Amino acid sequence: MTNSDSILEMINVSKTFPGVKALDQVNLTIRKGSIHALMGENGAGKSTLMKILYGLYTPDEGGKILFDGKPFTPKVPIDAIRTGLAMVPQEISPSGNLSVAANFFLGRELRKGFMMDHQAMNKETAKVLEELGIPMEVETLMQDVSVAKAQLLAIATAVSYDAKLIIMDEPTTALTESEVQQLYKIVRKVQERGISIIYISHKLGEVFELADEVSVIRDGEYIGTKKTSDITKEALINMMVGREMDEMFERERVEIGETLLEVNNLSLPGKFEDISFDVKKGEVFGIAGLVGAGRSEVVEAIFGYKAAQSGDIYLHGKRVEIYKPMDAIKRRIGFVTEDRKLTGLMLNMSVTDNMIMPELSPYVKSGLISDELASHVAEDMKKQLRIKTPTVDTIIDNLSGGNQQKVLIARWLLLEPEVLILDEPTKGIDVGAKAEIYKLIVELARLGKAIIIVSSEMLELLSLSDRIMVMAEGREIGIVDREQATQEVILEMAAGGDVPSEQTIDTSDLRIEGVA
Amino acid sequence: MDSLANKSLTKTNYTEFLNKYGMLIILVLLFVALSLKIDGFASIRNVLSILEQVSMFGIIAIGVTFAIVTGGIDLSGGSIVALASVVGATIVTGSEGYGMTILAFGAALFIGSVCGLINGSITAYGRIPPFIATLGMMTMARGMAQLFSDGRPVDASSDAFTSIGDGTVFGIPGLVIIYVLVAVVCHVMMSRMTFGRHVFAIGGNVKTARICGVNVEITLVKVYVLAGALAGLAGAMLASRAYAGNPTFGNMWELDAIAAAVIGGTSLAGGVGSVGMCIVGALIIGVMNKGLNMLGVDPYWQQIIKGMIIISAVLLDAQKRKKA
Repeated sequence: MTNSDSILEMINVSKTFPGVKALDQVNLTIRKGSIHALMGENGAGKSTLMKILYGLYTPDEGGKILFDGKPFTPKVPIDAIRTGLAMVPQEISPSGNLSVAANFFLGRELRKGFMMDHQAMNKETAKVLEELGIPMEVETLMQDVSVAKAQLLAIATAVSYDAKLIIMDEPTTALTESEVQQLYKIVRKVQERGISIIYISHKLGEVFELADEVSVIRDGEYIGTKKTSDITKEALINMMVGREMDEMFERERVEIGETLLEVNNLSLPGKFEDISFDVKKGEVFGIAGLVGAGRSEVVEAIFGYKAAQSGDIYLHGKRVEIYKPMDAIKRRIGFVTEDRKLTGLMLNMSVTDNMIMPELSPYVKSGLISDELASHVAEDMKKQLRIKTPTVDTIIDNLSGGNQQKVLIARWLLLEPEVLILDEPTKGIDVGAKAEIYKLIVELARLGKAIIIVSSEMLELLSLSDRIMVMAEGREIGIVDREQATQEVILEMAAGGDVPSEQTIDTSDLRIEGVA
Repeated sequence: MDSLANKSLTKTNYTEFLNKYGMLIILVLLFVALSLKIDGFASIRNVLSILEQVSMFGIIAIGVTFAIVTGGIDLSGGSIVALASVVGATIVTGSEGYGMTILAFGAALFIGSVCGLINGSITAYGRIPPFIATLGMMTMARGMAQLFSDGRPVDASSDAFTSIGDGTVFGIPGLVIIYVLVAVVCHVMMSRMTFGRHVFAIGGNVKTARICGVNVEITLVKVYVLAGALAGLAGAMLASRAYAGNPTFGNMWELDAIAAAVIGGTSLAGGVGSVGMCIVGALIIGVMNKGLNMLGVDPYWQQIIKGMIIISAVLLDAQKRKKA
């Protein structure tokens, strides 16, 4: 079974979280000295897989991992590092107040007696950087170093740990084109030293340029491994998408009315540029894109959580000014945020309090909040959305993810919204709750609400949306009608159009007219 | 199905009960133990004397509880007591009738509110951690008190003024009555009014509070104004009790106030706390102080014991949160 020319073998590795199977019997073999791309949609399980290798998660019983032919069970990252596996995370967080050399030697400082030996560390750092062809002054403070250089330093650090395998998690996300080219050069230099690389990426272009082999995982399952020389881009997209359309949720169509919300040239420099679209009564408007494409930022701006710098928002054809959430709430816009814990729940407050917070006034009688009335209303919502909680006075932390999500939706339903924005509405919740939330969304559309859904789950978007706007790197790539929307089309657009395909999508044709 | 839900409910109710009333039980046990040990500890006179001592820093503790529930802190209470006491004393000294007394109390409340307004504005709009903002105010208010009084006690002899600190209504000391009134009003504010609900929301999750349209900045300013005003009130109460204002008054009271809030179960992480439990916390400190004094325990030891109790209370809170 053991293959002497493979550095890493994962055999039947699974990982189960409460209610979710994040990885299901994954097999992955990385050949020595190869650059191995790992692809998959958001949430496919790539980062779970990497976290297992880095000792951050413990895999389920039954699987096996071999590193250089020997069983590999890291408990903490340092185990992985000592064995010869290093990680360059997507977001580097160096100590800005320390020098390049100090960051390079962080945690393993060279000493002379009791003192740190700065000279030796500077010299050694300079040597490694030069060998890899990374131009960088070792005494510069890290805060003055660009993101790209910090990334390169992280790679150099990994090399200096005598790593045999380096995992790079979407290293080009924050880089400019010329920086990307420099990174490729360094990555190849690292490969020349006989070090293997797992290169996680969303971008088809760079996978074909850089990688020898590519593996695809999808919904936690291992789909396959191919030599990049043996596979076409279309075939690779098919591997990533894979699912049949009949797995889709067939929703009932409801009548679509007049335009309710209109967004015109909305921009927030550094986040998104020139976003324009409209949403009609009874319409479900999807927003697709990769992580970091600026989807959440756009809806946050519409809600006034992080207001846009320029552009206009119209409601019922009238221009409205929304600078803070209260402005949106007053205009009956609801917003279920992406991160339940971070921006959704008040964990130590009751279900009722979590529901009624945006608008307490209906429960106030002569200056005092009537908890009785509030509980009564919350009780109604509990029944209507079938929220599983012992009582509405239960602290919300005790509820399951799906039920917490229902409470958050209930929060905005109580507002009787005209526009409801849902950012990743089914993230981290079980299948049953998902189906119920889908039903609810359709029901709300029938009631004439305008609904905006941001989602990384392609099937969810395709099933629910009447139209889908695709974003990449803060730009609006196009808006696709339900009839034209397929996973392939959206994935290709979301990849930022860096796929030169014979059927390049003419986005101008897909733009819906009427957005002035 | 129903019985199953009930069963698990009983269990959570039990732990919830302990979480909620654990400190009250400790207060009762402490009181009973000291009463058995010390003759006359349980007498009405002694109890009223404990209540009177508790009333002043207890009022500060209520303001501090609001600040802590938002996830903040207020260290300036003790110094505001000093400043309010010397200003109040200067106003009433030598006067007759209740006019000047009301003015003195009004001035004390006003001065406290202004200090609180500065604390709150710096915290909310200047984005300075409240620890630092109120630490600065702690030093400044003490300095202003010294400057205003030239570093000397200020006589507050006015029959009307001192009658508040000395007088009783149906045998209950005036200061205790003020404490109870303040506690009732603040309890209603915290638990039944929109303002209080917003205070909890901010402490529970400030980002969510913003998304729910809570005006975080204004709510924070209100919280620190309230805390400052209550400290000012405590300053006037102390002056009326001591027949004088003094720039050294209220030294370290902010710490007793924070201790009372924390012992009462107010979580320094924010989002959890109540006026009722803050009173229990203050009473635990008051009963302990009195008891240890009457037992003749070395005051140095008293400080050590008090410190240990505060740390235990915070450890308990951390433990509770870890379980959740």
